[in-house]
Amino acid sequence: MASVTLQELSKRFDKVTAVNQINLEIPDKEFVVFVGPSGCGKTTTLRMIAGLEETSDGTILIGERVVNDVPPKDRNIAMVFQNYALYPHMDVYKNMAFGLKLRRTPKPEIDRRVREASRILGIEELLDRKPRQLSGGQRQRVAVGRAIVRQPEVFLFDEPLSNLDAKLRVQMRSELIKLHYQLEATMIYVTHDQVEAMTMGDRIVIMNNGEIQQVGAPMEVYDQPINMFVAGFIGSPAMNFFQGKLTAQNSDLFVDLGKFTMKLPKSQINRFGNHVNQRVVFGIRPENISDREEAGEHQQERVPAMVNVVEPLGSEVIVELSAGDHTFVGRLDPTTTARPMHEMAVYFDMGRFHLFDAETGINLTRQ
Amino acid sequence: MKTRTRNFLGQLLTLYIPLVPFILFSLFPFYFMVITSFKADGELYNLKANPFIIQLSPTHPDYSGGPTLEHYQLLLRDTPFLTWLFNSVLVSVLATAISIVIAILAAYSLARLRFRGAPSFGTAVFITYLVPTTLLFLPLAQVVNRLGLADSVWALIVTYPTFLVPFCTWLLLGYFRTIPQEIEECAMVDGCTRFQALIRIVLPVAIPGIACAVLFAFTISWNEFIYALTFISSTAQKTTTVGVTAELIRGDIFYWGSLMAGAVLGSIPIVLVYVVFMDYYVSGLTQGAIK
Repeated sequence: MASVTLQELSKRFDKVTAVNQINLEIPDKEFVVFVGPSGCGKTTTLRMIAGLEETSDGTILIGERVVNDVPPKDRNIAMVFQNYALYPHMDVYKNMAFGLKLRRTPKPEIDRRVREASRILGIEELLDRKPRQLSGGQRQRVAVGRAIVRQPEVFLFDEPLSNLDAKLRVQMRSELIKLHYQLEATMIYVTHDQVEAMTMGDRIVIMNNGEIQQVGAPMEVYDQPINMFVAGFIGSPAMNFFQGKLTAQNSDLFVDLGKFTMKLPKSQINRFGNHVNQRVVFGIRPENISDREEAGEHQQERVPAMVNVVEPLGSEVIVELSAGDHTFVGRLDPTTTARPMHEMAVYFDMGRFHLFDAETGINLTRQ
Repeated sequence: MKTRTRNFLGQLLTLYIPLVPFILFSLFPFYFMVITSFKADGELYNLKANPFIIQLSPTHPDYSGGPTLEHYQLLLRDTPFLTWLFNSVLVSVLATAISIVIAILAAYSLARLRFRGAPSFGTAVFITYLVPTTLLFLPLAQVVNRLGLADSVWALIVTYPTFLVPFCTWLLLGYFRTIPQEIEECAMVDGCTRFQALIRIVLPVAIPGIACAVLFAFTISWNEFIYALTFISSTAQKTTTVGVTAELIRGDIFYWGSLMAGAVLGSIPIVLVYVVFMDYYVSGLTQGAIK
């Protein structure tokens, strides 16, 4: 097993910069997830680690070894592709044994490892089938099995679950997590699905426009997003953003949102002092909006709003509201009385808001 | 049971009956060729006789002995037909083999490797294929002479790839592009070099495409006429197409019976090749079509 280090890594295709000088250290045995919208450079980064794409600049280390000029076959990695990429002319057993055969592993050892991996993945009965005789979920397992038998230093996953239906995806997700505990291997996983990223990663790397936005544990990036992009990308429904202006009155700070204002808690005043009279973006997650006043430790701000849409999900109710020029989403208790096209007052939890610089998008709440 | 009958009826109406005219249209030349090759000269040159059948009834005025093997005897006894047949096989097999190997490498590079000028090179290959052989045989004759290959089957083995390679490259290029790149990349991560990935993964998957290219290349070589006519003059080096027409058309005398017999025998190898590759060939065409 090995660590993976990316130093000043860049990739340019003609004039387009797909990956721009990224630095990252992935320690041994970590499960790290690259997440971002399509075209953010996450897959390109993974392919550079695999050696399928040449680097334009920078260095890739696997363990202590610089692998920039090492061909994929000698990097001791295994990769699971989005479309499974099973060899269509080989049965499942041969698909899994192929890599070992090329490495001249003795036959009994190949057999042992293939059977072991197929037992872990529950595909023992499929060993003599051809890929076209398998369902999507089974193909996915074979693709994972083919990676496992190799016992590589690093596993690379390129959106491996995106071709599965929702139910199977959830199931495979937990199986991959279990697999990570079992194999204790370094795993790098690329996805555009922030739910996968949150649930699977020890750490999440959020990318946009070829650059790393933030690296951190799932709850860290959720609670303390470094900028508006991360705040908006992680979390579903997404964080609500309100364009406004920071104003000072007496010794209090307010965010002027046009038709209404948000009074910031006294404890926060020192942080934002030098942003007074600048344009800011006020951010709050849907679950920090409530339809009832609560006597808690946090200050609440009352906002009179109009209910546009009510989406009951059983355990919660997603409500789209508007106030002034702003439209926002609240995640309310199922007992809510919200009815479409009716007015209601909602309460913002001022212990959990975010304030972003409107120009740079940087989170001012985060220190 | 009932639905099966209805299915069959439906298929008969929508599939088989509409096919009949096409089958008649495409098989008629073969029928006419076969029937002519077995027809006695007396009946063959009798303008009143029905040209579409061999008269079997001895009482009929057009009857002149029924089916005969005399044309085949003439062909096999009085001309070196078997030598021509052998030459044709030799030329077609070697030219096809050489062309397919080159075309696989060329098509793979054009489909997969990103090198400067790859797209325009692909277009150039296609344009080469469009240059008619009737233009090329003059300069090529000089080349063949310089190489000292004139008047031998080797002149054909060397020159046929000039049109087979572009054709096969163009055909395989399209096929290789339909093969997902990931399976190759996966093979390379699994431990293959690029060349190993080509041999062990891409080629087995591309068998329908390759079979298709083999079939076409073989047929084109087999039917080729102009180069074979211009580069070769001695009878013993001729291929079937040229040999039959050169020896059985003497001035304005056409030995129709034997010409047709030569055509029948000459088409047997092609039929055999098609029988062997048919399954692959069909799946090759459809697989190329849907992607």
